[in-house]
Amino acid sequence: MRDVVITGIGIVSCAGEGLDVHLEALSGTPKTDTEAFAPYPVHPVTALEWDRQIPKKSDQRQMEAWQKLGCYAAGLALDSAGAKEDVALKNRMQLIVAAGGGERDYAVDGQILSGLRAAENPGVFLNERLMGDLRPTLFLAQLSNLLAGNVSIVHGVTGGSRTFMGEESSGVDAIRIARERIAAGQDDIFLVGGAYNAERPDVLLIYEMGGFLWKKPYQPVWTRSSEGGGMILGSAACFLVLESREHAEKRGAKPLATLAGVASDRSRRTTGSVEKALHGLSQQLGGKPDTVISGATGVKGITDEEQAALKDIAPGAAVHATGDVIGHTIEAQAPAGVALAAGLIAAGKASDALVTSVGHWRGEGALRVTRA
Amino acid sequence: MALRDKQGRPLVAVTGMGVVTSLGRGKDDTWAALTAGKSGIHRINRFPTEGLRTTIAGTIDFIDVEPFCAPMLSERLAMLAAEEAVGQSGLASGDFPGALFMAVPPVEMEWPQRQALAEASGQTGEVTYKDLLKAAATGRFKPWHDLFIFGTVADRVADRFGTRGSPISLSTACSSGATAIQLGVEAIRRGETDAALCIGTDGSVNPESLIRFSLLSALSTQNDNPEGASKPFSKNRDGFVMGEGGAALVLENAESAKARGATILGYVLGCGEKGDSFHRTRSSPDGSPAIAAVTEALSDAGLTPDEIDYINAHGTSTPENDKMEAMSCTAVFGERMANLPISSNKSMIGHTLTAAGAVEAVMSLLTIASGRIPPTINYQVPDPAIPLDVVPNVARDANVKYVLSNSFGFGGQNTCLVFGAEPKGA
Repeated sequence: MRDVVITGIGIVSCAGEGLDVHLEALSGTPKTDTEAFAPYPVHPVTALEWDRQIPKKSDQRQMEAWQKLGCYAAGLALDSAGAKEDVALKNRMQLIVAAGGGERDYAVDGQILSGLRAAENPGVFLNERLMGDLRPTLFLAQLSNLLAGNVSIVHGVTGGSRTFMGEESSGVDAIRIARERIAAGQDDIFLVGGAYNAERPDVLLIYEMGGFLWKKPYQPVWTRSSEGGGMILGSAACFLVLESREHAEKRGAKPLATLAGVASDRSRRTTGSVEKALHGLSQQLGGKPDTVISGATGVKGITDEEQAALKDIAPGAAVHATGDVIGHTIEAQAPAGVALAAGLIAAGKASDALVTSVGHWRGEGALRVTRA
Repeated sequence: MALRDKQGRPLVAVTGMGVVTSLGRGKDDTWAALTAGKSGIHRINRFPTEGLRTTIAGTIDFIDVEPFCAPMLSERLAMLAAEEAVGQSGLASGDFPGALFMAVPPVEMEWPQRQALAEASGQTGEVTYKDLLKAAATGRFKPWHDLFIFGTVADRVADRFGTRGSPISLSTACSSGATAIQLGVEAIRRGETDAALCIGTDGSVNPESLIRFSLLSALSTQNDNPEGASKPFSKNRDGFVMGEGGAALVLENAESAKARGATILGYVLGCGEKGDSFHRTRSSPDGSPAIAAVTEALSDAGLTPDEIDYINAHGTSTPENDKMEAMSCTAVFGERMANLPISSNKSMIGHTLTAAGAVEAVMSLLTIASGRIPPTINYQVPDPAIPLDVVPNVARDANVKYVLSNSFGFGGQNTCLVFGAEPKGA
């Protein structure tokens, strides 16, 4: 099996743009907006100059926020890997995106819901309003695989393109499958990542139905359980360039870190299942982590189980929660965790890092990042 | 016979298949109707169609789920197809010894649920998302979180069949079903698993999804004669017709399949994929990405273009796709394209979107097994710009050893698969 290394990272969030600001933010408090969607705090993404990574205004207009964030971060990752100007390389580069989708026209939805109450024939009313009021291009801004499509269009990454869905697990599995394909020699180089826009009422709605949202001022994920627990969603995107060590050497790219292993599974969630799953996954990965980048959500129960598991798995390790840097970013959480781990390793501040991803509702993952 | 291909990789056998379409439940019913040239397209009666430009679809109306919504119907279609496939394979039905790769339609909450939340909020003036959030906070709608997140359909299928590991939910738009199969093939080839359950499912014909496609002018508006609306490769084609369906394939390492005495239904010999950066909904005018995907699938299968006996087309019946597909195939197959049979199942079942690649994989393998090529129906007005042997209107008997199945999708997705009765040289 071939070694798989990380040669490019692009990340944007409430902490700012690029890896360095995110490493600095590991010791700070994330920027939080408690007003816009009160009572739900969110971690809003920093203001970006879209033109820098998405040069054409026409492309920007075709995307909704989550796609623009992802496209922007993908561009940063290609820059960081020294791949942006290499047309031939991008032509054979494989793409796996972990995506949700959606984004709606909130005003139109509200008007339709208000009108439906008095409509003589609600079905016909709905047809007429949707036909008249939906922007045709909104569909493309909603489709899950169109983040990947936009990365192909804007950045010319066209080897192959796959989109995984399924919340947090999709981010772990996107990285896992890219790694396995490289390790087995099925492909040489991948662009992998995800993007999330938290500043939208429709996603808050889904998670509020499930009772998963934190409704108080920001607190670190580990301390929320005593007050009921909950997650604060964050707007962010993160992409990684992964390739075989030989491939990186051959093109003169400097690896930031090695992606030593990825393990994922889904436990039947009962008391203790997350703790047990994390033990099992970390055993598959081996290693003696000196650093943990946790994807903990802050949701009561599972966050406490993770904390307990980490004490056994990585005693004495420095533990950082991605949620306390960028918020909870669902599909983008695992890529962002790997980015932080690789950044610490490249900076000489860690040598064997465990990245965890315990989904808010299902799915557990663990990733191991080691020195290049 | 060697159980590895020429590149030394494990051969990937198909040992179980299941399908549900508007033509029927189970592959026997669907295949009988498909080879009889029967259409499953009809007027939509699931919801009012007044005010719509398109009022027809290949909905599956003989299956009911509660609450009726895309994820519930998609889950049910997947379950039915997988029960048939796993049953045929002879593998344990609740303890499947491999991974799940599942193409699912991107879901979101639908209008009946939004309306219920709006009502529960008690808001009598203008409704906003603030009101819906207020209703959500009551905790009364908790099951809808699970129902409308993206990983749930695959999770439930994984539960039912006991597949191993983290299930993969995926979307590559209209090539999703083919991508599910491709992921399974890759996992078996790299020795990660000896079996994979690959599924494509789509039960998403609802007002908003139909209207979204309609607003992109992608749908046929020839509503007067529903059975005649989907006319792939015809001069008077005017768009696709939405369809619903589910299909499942059990893929196995041929060696372990033989070792357990399984009946091998055929092989997935090659996969090809190429992204397109030209446009969000249109293909590169020179067809180069589709050509690359076809070429890669053939070379992955170790076949030359001359060895393909039949093409199961993507054939959506949109002016753009059929022209591009004909051009790309002609570029690869040359003059032979005038006589190489190419037919579109979508003429009868419509475009089953996320499921299409998987449904058409099953039909491709049944074509090989039965020696009968399903027709392209509604082919009354040939398009002189794309002279093809579309197996017009009536099924045809032929000796088919190798099939190419094409899938193309919005977002520059191009995925092609090659199926065979036996690996080459066996």
